[in-house]
Amino acid sequence: MYDVIVIGGGPAGMAAACAAHDSGLRNILIVERDVELGGILNQCIHNGFGLGYFKEQLTGPEYAHRFIERVERKGIQIMLDTMVLDLSSEEAEGGKGPSKKIVTVVGKETGFRKLEAKSVILAMGCRERTRGAINTPGMRPAGVLTAGAAQRYVNVDGYMPGKRVVILGSGDIGLIMARRMTLEGAKVLACVEVMPFCGGLARNVVQCLDDFGIPLYLSHTVTDIKGKDRIQQVVVSKVDDKMRPIPGTEMYFDCDTLLLSVGLIPENELSLKAGIKVDPKSNGTVVHENMETTVEGFFACGNVAHVHDLVDNVTREAEKAGKAAAEYVLSNYYTLWLQNQICDGCGTSTYFRKKGDIVKFLPPSPDGAAFKMGKNEVICTVCPNGCHLKVDVEHDYKVTGNGCPKGKAYGKAEFTNPTRVVTSTVKLKAAGENEALDTRIPVKTSNPIPKTKIMDLMKLVDEIELTERPEIGTVLIRDVLGLDSNLIVTKG
Amino acid sequence: MDNKYDVLVIGCGVIGAATAFELSKYDLKAAVIERGNDVSLGTTKANSAIIHAGYDPESGTLMAKLNVRGSEMAADICEKLDVPYRRNGAMVVAFTDDEVQTLKGLYTRGTVNGVKGLRVLTGEEAKEREPGLSSEVKGALYAPTSAIVSPWEYCLAMAETAVINGTELMLNTEVTAIEREGDLWKVITNKDEYFAPYVVNAAGVDAISVHNMAAPQKYVSKPRRGEYFLLDKAEGSRTDHTIFQCPNEDGKGVLVTPTVHGNLLVGPNSENVEWDDTANTTAGLNFVREKAKKSIPGIMFNKSIRNFAGVRATTDCKDFIIEEAAPGFIDCAGICSPGLSAAPAIGEYAVELLEMSGLKTVQKENFVYERKRIRFNELSDEEKAELVKEDPSYGRVICRCETVTEGEILECFRRPIPPVSIDGVKRRVGTGMGRCQGGFCGPRISELFVEDKGYKVTEVLQDRAGSEMFVGKTKEGR
Repeated sequence: MYDVIVIGGGPAGMAAACAAHDSGLRNILIVERDVELGGILNQCIHNGFGLGYFKEQLTGPEYAHRFIERVERKGIQIMLDTMVLDLSSEEAEGGKGPSKKIVTVVGKETGFRKLEAKSVILAMGCRERTRGAINTPGMRPAGVLTAGAAQRYVNVDGYMPGKRVVILGSGDIGLIMARRMTLEGAKVLACVEVMPFCGGLARNVVQCLDDFGIPLYLSHTVTDIKGKDRIQQVVVSKVDDKMRPIPGTEMYFDCDTLLLSVGLIPENELSLKAGIKVDPKSNGTVVHENMETTVEGFFACGNVAHVHDLVDNVTREAEKAGKAAAEYVLSNYYTLWLQNQICDGCGTSTYFRKKGDIVKFLPPSPDGAAFKMGKNEVICTVCPNGCHLKVDVEHDYKVTGNGCPKGKAYGKAEFTNPTRVVTSTVKLKAAGENEALDTRIPVKTSNPIPKTKIMDLMKLVDEIELTERPEIGTVLIRDVLGLDSNLIVTKG
Repeated sequence: MDNKYDVLVIGCGVIGAATAFELSKYDLKAAVIERGNDVSLGTTKANSAIIHAGYDPESGTLMAKLNVRGSEMAADICEKLDVPYRRNGAMVVAFTDDEVQTLKGLYTRGTVNGVKGLRVLTGEEAKEREPGLSSEVKGALYAPTSAIVSPWEYCLAMAETAVINGTELMLNTEVTAIEREGDLWKVITNKDEYFAPYVVNAAGVDAISVHNMAAPQKYVSKPRRGEYFLLDKAEGSRTDHTIFQCPNEDGKGVLVTPTVHGNLLVGPNSENVEWDDTANTTAGLNFVREKAKKSIPGIMFNKSIRNFAGVRATTDCKDFIIEEAAPGFIDCAGICSPGLSAAPAIGEYAVELLEMSGLKTVQKENFVYERKRIRFNELSDEEKAELVKEDPSYGRVICRCETVTEGEILECFRRPIPPVSIDGVKRRVGTGMGRCQGGFCGPRISELFVEDKGYKVTEVLQDRAGSEMFVGKTKEGR
């Protein structure tokens, strides 16, 4: 019997397993449906991860890599390419002591098995809301897909969904994909958001839309989709304060792709099978403050509990869950849990999220401004806080409004020589003739390069063809374009 | 002559498939001509998925006769050919005293039509059977023989069985003209010319156009669109019966029903359209939502996972048009609701008409009437363990919402009518039917088309020809 089975090998699952190990558990298993650990981070090749937790900017695969190394070092067991089909618990013999948790799994190598554990950590993450959930009218042609699916196609498979793109919703994945599609040669025509403020982080609006001159239409939505087989056009209309389209405000975009970035939903269908309470509005797991769910010995963390903006916060939360699971197994935590449950009504444990708080549409700045920046104003993108900086161009670029010294340097650079870290992929040739089987390896510039050089760099990146899978950190081009930055591989 | 057949069927929706299935029981050289890249691409894949009991059509019509007969045949066909089907029963609910009178009329009509087991319930009795019904319900007609079915699997199963029994299926073949040549019909397509003394026109929404190629115009096509919501399985038990409202001149009104896949289906409205226009509209969806809430107020529409619309092949004739339009040329036109319910009976009747027109039919001795496919999710634990041990590809779950495995997809690649698109796989094994709508499994299935079938990236289709998923690989053609 395992001490703990962690369901999901993404950032939440890996951090929870490591924390459980650090708190004294040894017989730990991570069950992951994909063929590698890392979860959604593997397709998030952009940088900006880890600033909170590691105090440095990492790409998604690099962030994952750090935890994969930790997991391996600690000797945590891993079951890859394995799907959990069912989850249940059996009362302990005689009704005393912790219940036995049963995890039914299936996998090509794993076979069909029922695993037993003293505790379970749920870390299944979330899925994207789809067109059907928001009832967008119009035809249902190919070329309408969620931003996350497009991200996998582009970054992992190297399949290009289209060349003229409209994005509905201003969630972070949509913004990130606006930049990715642009770097890969597509024309992103517009990002359309029904709310009067942006759904994603301020830094992503600056780096993914503004940098490439992509317009963001707030208080607008897609009111028609045209094209019987492949999408040909979308109609975008302004909405009133009740989010109803205003006739006469239609704009027509000829496009071959519509990406949807309209929110994320915790993936809790498995939790329900174990009788765990799930918030009907947000679909997030209902958890106590120690991340234990409403069923004894089951813990939840990461996007399955509620959707996070930042992976760093997922990691911290997952560590809490891992520690709690260890305490549950090692101490006689069963009693504690009962006490906790008794206190349920008096506020000891709480719903993690407020009722109705399904998708986080946080205004990007305290005043809710939609990035209509005045002259000499910029949003700092060094960290997710997105400070609004004022830069006095006439007095040596004196910066005000910054929350830290980094903001000062950023503000000045934006007006003298704005720079960006560029992330993309390079081709990895597959054996055999079919080019469709070639995959993509993520890369980044080791240092920021001038914004004006981004497209020159992309031309070089596109020409690279690898025939063998490189190590993480491998330098592909030294001192690229003479810009004092190396092009390096970001995935192992 | 290679291109000469005994019978040609035009169209492979559920009517063409049922006709081909019926023909394949006899020693005949038959072929089905379908312009799409798959079967079941028209109205068959976008409707209410109901096998109606048969109380609704005017007594004495073809609709009444064939609906009741078709509904009887469906249970056996679905069992033998492994098509998801469940006799869940239906209720027509009344909200006013006038509507209660309408129920009594429907009861009488149904009984005359030969529908078994009909009963008129009081409001209380109805709510006892279906607690989710509105408190406004004053009475209901209960029809125990009404059933739900997977329409595209129904069509596919009959088409596959026809193919297994020797019928030829020509996909991507569009009829452009029909001429008389001696005693034969010459059917001219974008591919080739085909000859036969007998033709069955089962071209769905385009059946009137196909008729006009072979005979003088008689009826006018008046397609009507219906829009739907498909809701998450979490809403699938909102009702166990199919709930109708009293019919009006636009049809049977908005219904609420569970599907055989466990979801909740809500719709349709009814609206004239100029062409095969399957777009959803905000007005149409709002109408459906409001009407459905009248029957079952508790429906959680925030659990919607998909909208779709289908176009009914209605004409200016109130009945089905199943007749010999020219010598040996049988029309199956105007097959609107209850067309799916009547389908096998229409196939049977079409063959009767062919026989009356002179077609000689001799029963095949070795007619294959069985079909099985593995549904991993429905197996017992022991069966799952055994299957994965035997073939590990059944151990890799590709569609996590519906628990569909790689083995099931690879198996459908090797069936008599293999899929050529992501949606083709969906119709065969149920991938992408669930709450993420293919967001996770779409990439994996695209990869399988590339890896297993050797497709180029630009050849991967969402559905019909022209629905390419990708413009190419990245790093190309900047």
